[in-house]
Amino acid sequence: MVSTPEEITERLDQRYKAGFVTDIESDTIAPGLNEDVIRMISAKKEEPEWLTDMRLKAYRHWLTMPMPQWARLKIAPIDFQAISYYASPNLKNRPKSLDEVDPKLLETFEKLGVPLHERARLAGVAVDAVFDSVSVGTTFQKELAQAGVIFCSFSQAVREHPELLREYLGTVVPHTDNFFAALNAAVFTDGSFVYIPKGVRCPMELSTYFRINARDTGQFERTLIIAEDDSHVSYLEGCTAPMRDENQLHAAVVELVAKDRAEIKYSTVQNWYPGDENGVGGIYNFVTKRGACRGVKSKISWTQVETGSAITWKYPSCVLQGDDSVGEFYSVALTHHRQQADTGTKMIHLGKNTKSKIIAKGISAGRGQQTYRGLVKVLPTANNARNYTQCDSLLIGKQCGAHTFPYIEVRRHDAIVEHEATTSKISEDQLFYCRARGLGEEDAISLIVDGFCREVFKELPMEFAVEAKRLLEVSLEGSVG
Amino acid sequence: MLKIENLHVRIDDKAILNGVDLTINAGEVHAVMGPNGSGKSTLAAILAGRDGYEVTEGSVTFQGENLLELDPEERAAAGVFLAFQYPVEIPGVNNTYFLRSALNAQRKARGEPEIDSVQFLRLVRETLKVLHLPDELLHRGVNSGFSGGEKKRNEIFQMAVLEPRLAIMDETDSGLDIDALRQVADGVNALRSPDRGFLVITHYQRLLDYITPDRVHVLSEGRIVESGDKSLAKELEAHGYGWIAERKLDEAVA
Repeated sequence: MVSTPEEITERLDQRYKAGFVTDIESDTIAPGLNEDVIRMISAKKEEPEWLTDMRLKAYRHWLTMPMPQWARLKIAPIDFQAISYYASPNLKNRPKSLDEVDPKLLETFEKLGVPLHERARLAGVAVDAVFDSVSVGTTFQKELAQAGVIFCSFSQAVREHPELLREYLGTVVPHTDNFFAALNAAVFTDGSFVYIPKGVRCPMELSTYFRINARDTGQFERTLIIAEDDSHVSYLEGCTAPMRDENQLHAAVVELVAKDRAEIKYSTVQNWYPGDENGVGGIYNFVTKRGACRGVKSKISWTQVETGSAITWKYPSCVLQGDDSVGEFYSVALTHHRQQADTGTKMIHLGKNTKSKIIAKGISAGRGQQTYRGLVKVLPTANNARNYTQCDSLLIGKQCGAHTFPYIEVRRHDAIVEHEATTSKISEDQLFYCRARGLGEEDAISLIVDGFCREVFKELPMEFAVEAKRLLEVSLEGSVG
Repeated sequence: MLKIENLHVRIDDKAILNGVDLTINAGEVHAVMGPNGSGKSTLAAILAGRDGYEVTEGSVTFQGENLLELDPEERAAAGVFLAFQYPVEIPGVNNTYFLRSALNAQRKARGEPEIDSVQFLRLVRETLKVLHLPDELLHRGVNSGFSGGEKKRNEIFQMAVLEPRLAIMDETDSGLDIDALRQVADGVNALRSPDRGFLVITHYQRLLDYITPDRVHVLSEGRIVESGDKSLAKELEAHGYGWIAERKLDEAVA
């Protein structure tokens, strides 16, 4: 039994290992949102005028939009004037290399398992580390540059590749798309930018690690990946935040563009602080992710493992414009205690012979509530479009819920659209079988859940699959009894 | 090794076992036979620790310990193995991985060092050879998509790897054709040893043509009504379960 507050905190710490706070001087602007704040953010980042104007346009549009209510989520009202929209660890004269970065920051990322300095870097993975509103550094930039690959923070891209940003930014997710995308377009601070030139197979995995640290702030990052003809890239993102009793907002936008025969594989392991057992605290994770398969035979594949956040609202989508293009979505989402998730995907078929595949696995435990919401849309131009959807829910305990809302809109006779859905409970029989072989109850549940998620985990790069498995185990602790 | 005394068991107020007495010593093979609904599967379930049963009277000791106080996984670690009548499917979980996790959980509970994957693979390959089972059993999901015969053979395979002190087989012969039956029986015979006891629960005598029991017990209406050597099984085969009841009636009248 644990009783003292210290013991309880200690136990919680074990459950959520990333819950610590880094004590670092921070340049945080006062809470509140208006045009001056947006101009201030833009000025801090030394942005060109067109970008400032783009932000202001998005902001003015956002003001006209109501907060979306259609998701099956209970969201406490968000006071957008109480959030600080910019928090930067004091980086004193933008560090020119990782050697100049504050050791406290390097320590933070090391503690999170993402060492940035040269001798300990993850082999074969280039990392962009984002701390609150800014990127603190990107590893392997030189090596990547030799291959012609651009991988840098969004701010660096604004300074060094404005022409590319101007051409692509907001073309996949326009600011008019939805409430949170509009907010992001107005106030986004940093994120990652990736450009893979024609014919290049990116020589290593690219990865961004997002860390929220400062109190009462929101994180609004923006990621843009462009894959030119015949190129290939695999990109991973991970994220964590300290444990706090207040909710914090994370509203990101990710845009992917795949040209002819290009392939983008985008994987997420989302481990934002989920709140405590009673639903106090945790991150609101409201993100818009979309990929445009613009070229013929292009392919975009999303894989997500969502174990964190108090509330997740997220639908990574593919717009299949190019003929013979392919979109995929593999998802494992877990809601425990009072966590809520409304997540899924959209596959929009425009080109001929376009194919999409959706494998969504939802796990609910405790009082967790989970919704799969997915759209498969076949437009009149999409001859011979095909979709396969499989959507499975697993319930643990008696107070959780799983809900499925598939939307299917088909405007062609030759389209083939399949949808399979199952809902199951971890059965007494399965548990007893495992226990009769010697496995304890929690180990048995981990094993069964791991089997349930296999099809998705096998899509993840090796190190991430191991991490994802571990996260599920930790997240499910205490789900029986 | 196993001592069941005056065991009374209920499910939802319905009496299933009404005073079972049974002692199994190390090295012995005991067969429990009986008609449908006689309480055979309840006996297997209660020994393995399944939920939902209420013991109202009696005791079960295993190697001197009160078995009924242990959780199912503790019983497994103590050396009790149940070969299920209906082995459960666990989709997506690799058979080898499952079995290694189980073995290591048991070893850990007993304070023994865990076995690494290389050692384990060597062990399972040897076991497959002894049991004449195909290698592909290792690569499939736990029982998922297995035929009835494959599931039963997988149970015997697990038994061989886990090396229990007491193996309980709950109607392992049901639904098997003659070749599969013989294969399962060969497996069991290969595992007979002076320090291992078997409790073979079956409806039919034919399994006992291949696994020769030391003792045969007839369970009827929750009680063991007759015990004898292997010839008792033959008599049951010839006369049916009704024969026991008639004989009991005769005895009562005489």
